[in-house]
Amino acid sequence: MAQTQAQIAENRRRYEELRAAGQELTPKRLPELTALDGAPIPANAVIHRETVPHGWYTTLLLRRGEALRIVDDTGQASVSVLAWREEDTSERINCADTIKVQWSAAISKGRVIFSDMGRAVFSLIEDSCGAHDLLVGGSTPASVIAATGASGRNTHENFLAAVSKIGLDVRDISPCITFFAPVGLDDAGRFLWQEGRKRAGDFVDLRAEMNLIVVASNCKHPLNPQPLAGGSATLIKHRVPLATREDLCRTASPEAMRAFDFTDRLYA
Amino acid sequence: MTASAVPDLTYAFDIPSERPWSRVLKKGQTLRIIDSEGQQAVDALLYCAGDLTERYSSQDTMRVQGSAYIELGTRLISNRGRVMAKITSDSCGRHDTSAGCCSCESNAVRFGEATKYQHACRENFILELSKHGLTKRDIVSNLNFFMNVPIDPSGNFTVVDGISAPGNHVDATAEMDVLFVISNCPQVNNPCNGFNPTPIRVEIRDAPGM
Repeated sequence: MAQTQAQIAENRRRYEELRAAGQELTPKRLPELTALDGAPIPANAVIHRETVPHGWYTTLLLRRGEALRIVDDTGQASVSVLAWREEDTSERINCADTIKVQWSAAISKGRVIFSDMGRAVFSLIEDSCGAHDLLVGGSTPASVIAATGASGRNTHENFLAAVSKIGLDVRDISPCITFFAPVGLDDAGRFLWQEGRKRAGDFVDLRAEMNLIVVASNCKHPLNPQPLAGGSATLIKHRVPLATREDLCRTASPEAMRAFDFTDRLYA
Repeated sequence: MTASAVPDLTYAFDIPSERPWSRVLKKGQTLRIIDSEGQQAVDALLYCAGDLTERYSSQDTMRVQGSAYIELGTRLISNRGRVMAKITSDSCGRHDTSAGCCSCESNAVRFGEATKYQHACRENFILELSKHGLTKRDIVSNLNFFMNVPIDPSGNFTVVDGISAPGNHVDATAEMDVLFVISNCPQVNNPCNGFNPTPIRVEIRDAPGM
């Protein structure tokens, strides 16, 4: 349906208003990164702890009221994550919407990971690193051969194996988020590996905003220029309070507030 | 455009504004997408015609290329690491593959709940994919031809006014038999279509792009 000049002008005005809010106001509201020794998990809140060796993957259920801490034990791990809603696995993380809705490809503490249904999947409630990748994705058989000259374990095959064990298949493998992967861009859009933005002990806490099945693959990021980089990652599932109305991630932007409201309706 | 400028033209169709389209391209055939009136985003998905579980992968395409934008020479990579098609001609110069497609649900969260009840690319994709036995699960992160989405070094990510002029085109030459699916984007809430969706044209010919 052809738009009138008045409709076009009004939609452009709203878009500019949202852009200004998203790129000028929201970044000022985001919290500082967590200190390396910050945010200790109370011992009685820990549900499960697991160390994933370099090259391997694990699958876990993460319910509302729980969070997943992922720790880069050596400063050399990058952990690629997929997640589906437990009650309807056709709903899954959506990197494009996560970036687009929040007006930024630089997702760090205070941000929300969105599903393809406009709802909140994870909140990044703690983050000591602040350098994560939503654009380039995990390693593949070919990228490992290109990097090392030999075939080896990789995220693409880890994801295939993991989804097969939970009744899903290749159709359910969406673009992934990779934590502790400092991928930047130059002015021409070329990707850069920002060495120095990863430290031993860096961690993130992903609070589940819906009931989830989560797969995590711990493989060297394909842009990491060191061919033999890699180290273990520790995953700690722990209990956390549900987001309040005043929660930092929930209130970081009008878009996040709507996503939380839409998510709450699932569980009301 | 004279006939001699379009050798081997085997198919042409004007896709109305806001509508989907799909067709199988044989290996070696070239699909030309023409932004007939300018500033019109064209959302696209590719599937291997012989095995629909092999499909376009935006992350693999960006990783293999080492950069974020789709341009002349870009190889469109599948989730199995194979080249599905190449961009063989481009008079626009700027296309996106990180912004995904619009949906009723993402519109509601981006622009307010009133925009939930507007037609969107994902509605188009679901309807078109249903002809091929595919569902929402099969909608991966797509290509956005003629869509201008600069990502600046700070990470700022903005859909800005398209730079495509009326008649600009982009050619994708198939490297395998591919099911090519298009949604002529109905979005009116951001500048990807100049806030006013318009028709596009698709042409298929047997020769590679010029």
